[in-house]
Amino acid sequence: MTDSPFVIAGRTFTSRLIVGTGKYSSFPVMAQAHEASGADMVTVAVRRVNLTDRSRESLLDYIDTDKIFLLPNTAGCYSADEAVRTARLGREAGLSNWVKLEVIGDERTLFPDNEALIEATRVLVKEGFVVLPYTNDDPIACRKLEDAGAAAVMPLGAPIGSGLGIQNVNNIRIIREFARVPLIVDAGVGTASDAALAMELGADGVLMNTAIAGAQEPVAMATAMKYAVIAGRLAYLAGRIPRKMYASASSPVEGMVGR
Amino acid sequence: MVITLNGERFELDRPLSVTDLLTQLEIDPRRVAIEHNLNIIRRNTFPEVIVEDGDTIEIVNFVGGG
Repeated sequence: MTDSPFVIAGRTFTSRLIVGTGKYSSFPVMAQAHEASGADMVTVAVRRVNLTDRSRESLLDYIDTDKIFLLPNTAGCYSADEAVRTARLGREAGLSNWVKLEVIGDERTLFPDNEALIEATRVLVKEGFVVLPYTNDDPIACRKLEDAGAAAVMPLGAPIGSGLGIQNVNNIRIIREFARVPLIVDAGVGTASDAALAMELGADGVLMNTAIAGAQEPVAMATAMKYAVIAGRLAYLAGRIPRKMYASASSPVEGMVGR
Repeated sequence: MVITLNGERFELDRPLSVTDLLTQLEIDPRRVAIEHNLNIIRRNTFPEVIVEDGDTIEIVNFVGGG
């Protein structure tokens, strides 16, 4: 069975798994996990340069940018203006016009502020950005983001870093039905089966950070996620059997010995 | 003269170009983005843009994130 390529805004990716660069115990572990994941797009954050300790190694020393595409995020932004400003800085630092747009509405849940997110999407699309918004698992919000020009929609499976897995399976299914742009489940993945489920529901990709970086063995978990995404995708394409209440025997009912 | 650099007070002897400021701070210009008084400045203009007394400068780079 052949799969269609994973294309966002005209750019083709070999892996449907997108991974983060935060929370790793060290840069070498991160680099190994990236390699094991097979991902060819990673997210990065935009922050002030540390002026007091210039000896610290740079994240970019551990990412082969010839192979891995950098996706700057606007994590930590609580208003459309702040997110737009951060996106512009990210574009200048990374020399690409792609952004994972986050506008957070609440500190404890890190749930997105949909209204501000849609507003920021509009502004950035007008400025020529390829906007990949991190959004609630809300089909209407996703539709509005698409109408605002988003290049993909990235609903959360569960709160960022929670590891709870996909909480509203049905909403992800509905978003799949609605979406005319790539659907990427972003945030909430805890283990491989969560990633597989996202893909089985028809997501075009999965984005995760903590599930790999926070695992006891990040490199092993990155490998697990790679296979989970492949397995989930194949299962989606293969078409699962319908769920039934009762058993249906797999072995013939005729020819039983002694009957 | 005094500027505000990444939110902190920072003293400089005299006005200087952004390129010279980065050299003084030992920062590789290829890996940062810079805001000068809230305007993003293009990398190819770093040698021409002059940092003056009272200016606000933000220097950012990529760090780990999700």
